[in-house]
Amino acid sequence: MDLSLLSRRSDHEWVIEPHGRMRVPGILYASEALVADMDHKVYEQVANVAMLPGIEGASYAMPDAHWGYGFPIGGVAAFDPDRGGVISAGGVGFDISCGVRTLYTGLKLRDIETRKVDVANALARAVPAGVGSEGQISLDDVEMDAMLSGGARWAVERGYGTVADLERIEEHGCMAGAEPAEVSPQAKRRQRDEMGTLGSGNHYLEVQRVAAVFDRAIGEAFQLREGDLVVTIHCGSRGLGHQIGTEFLRRMAIEAASHGIELPDRELACAPIRSELGRAYLGAMRAGINCALANRQIITALVRDVFAKLFPGSALPLLYDVSHNTCKLERHVVDGEEKRLFVHRKGATRAFGPGHPELPAVWKDVGQPVLIGGTMGTASYVLAGTGGKGERAFGSACHGAGRSMSRSEALRRFKGRQIADDLADRGIIIRSPSSRGIAEEAPAAYKDVTRVVDAADAAGLSRKVARLEPVVCIKG
Amino acid sequence: MESRWEHFEHGADIGVRGTGPTLAAAFQQAALALTAVVTDPALVRPETSVPIACEAPTDDILFVDWLNALVYEMATRRMLFARFTVAIDANRHLQATAWGERVDPRRHEPAVEVKGATQTALRVVQDAAGPWTAECVVDV
Repeated sequence: MDLSLLSRRSDHEWVIEPHGRMRVPGILYASEALVADMDHKVYEQVANVAMLPGIEGASYAMPDAHWGYGFPIGGVAAFDPDRGGVISAGGVGFDISCGVRTLYTGLKLRDIETRKVDVANALARAVPAGVGSEGQISLDDVEMDAMLSGGARWAVERGYGTVADLERIEEHGCMAGAEPAEVSPQAKRRQRDEMGTLGSGNHYLEVQRVAAVFDRAIGEAFQLREGDLVVTIHCGSRGLGHQIGTEFLRRMAIEAASHGIELPDRELACAPIRSELGRAYLGAMRAGINCALANRQIITALVRDVFAKLFPGSALPLLYDVSHNTCKLERHVVDGEEKRLFVHRKGATRAFGPGHPELPAVWKDVGQPVLIGGTMGTASYVLAGTGGKGERAFGSACHGAGRSMSRSEALRRFKGRQIADDLADRGIIIRSPSSRGIAEEAPAAYKDVTRVVDAADAAGLSRKVARLEPVVCIKG
Repeated sequence: MESRWEHFEHGADIGVRGTGPTLAAAFQQAALALTAVVTDPALVRPETSVPIACEAPTDDILFVDWLNALVYEMATRRMLFARFTVAIDANRHLQATAWGERVDPRRHEPAVEVKGATQTALRVVQDAAGPWTAECVVDV
């Protein structure tokens, strides 16, 4: 990105001043090097989002922002329904409520060092992953609707996990306002056999060791100590979310003109929040969020079964579950006035700080854990939400590393077998049904997640707490 | 003219492009490009046929609908497709048959599932010289 197009407000805050049809400024939170590395498309997309009706504050980009569909991936924007605000299927994305959850294991690296291969093989057998995989349960129409209304709460009621898990999931495990009737039969059909599946691409299940703790006090509050082993799951709403995104993007693109919305880019397809289409999408999208929460809850139960067999007595309680493709109704103060806004986070994680009323009691004093996924060869991070008067981007932070290389280029450069062998030499065991999939997900095809996280910390988006490094990785 | 398919670069995802002497031929080639996102089309045996129909108000939306109809069939039937016949009438009604087989992870080594075809870099055009091109980015 051409830095001369931006005004610099501080070391890690860059502004696209309103021009043309922009209603608010664009604000990018990143280091100079990260902004310079961003594609010019990010500039265009941040500016385009700033043109949408009812946008409040600014159109934001996180440090890992890259070229997305209408919205940049790593984009945050909030809309006021009282001012003609819109909801955008592109602003949520195809993988509705894709997210990350981390579980404690109560184990140390030394406890599994000689059994890593057993752990990897058992997890790969237990958790269906990859193209064409099916879950162990199939939902009929009644159970599908119950799942879409109940989310992780539904899964717990069916025996997947415990009630104690629910407090450690955003929305307490159940997104209110879901409307299963707004989810098409095709979307439900696509999901019927996919509950409890990991998916493919950048989704993963990892056993990780806590390699470093940067903030001792918050680390203690999060119960993360160096050498601890955790399990992290990254996946979303599977076929159901993809189909909802597909169908509503089409409808919103076709109907935008009838709502008087002039789209700067047709991928910004949206509808007024207070329109029949807007309400329908909101109900379907919230059902998609519940699908993702239920899916991660079922996978959690599968992982616990594996650990219970290999390490009798282990329990794997939940640290937290966050989503990074969502639109949620939240209260925020804009220009001194509290408003109820629909906050889109596309490839961005909610990062509420201490005292935020929406946080469960366990995080009230310290702020929520913000879980940032990395690659199978580098690291992931746990951050803590900041906030209060210093809250940035409606309480949001980055979500991951972001690709630096296309899949085709990665496939040309890398061989899956070689990557698996190299990682094994470093003590990281990879299991995947696809060697080509490993090549396309090569660690070198991603940006440096540490630079992204450091920028998020320096920009005040959230506070760096711990670094997690992979020990076992299951890829789709 | 020769029909062909190719991929084009998009930061996080991948673009599919089909070129052919007719709109239907371009759609057919783009479908092969879609399969190639997942696996080498040459590895897929055209054993089972699946009928597909869709219609749309414009050529470009019809193209996205066609790819998304394939994505849906791939997802719900756990299939990959290697051969296609496509017919499109003047009212943009598309009738097609896709031949393929159930995913075999060992033989196909499927890299990634396609979540959906997008309207990013969406273009359906006929060049002055005659050939048609149909292309867009697919989310994986």
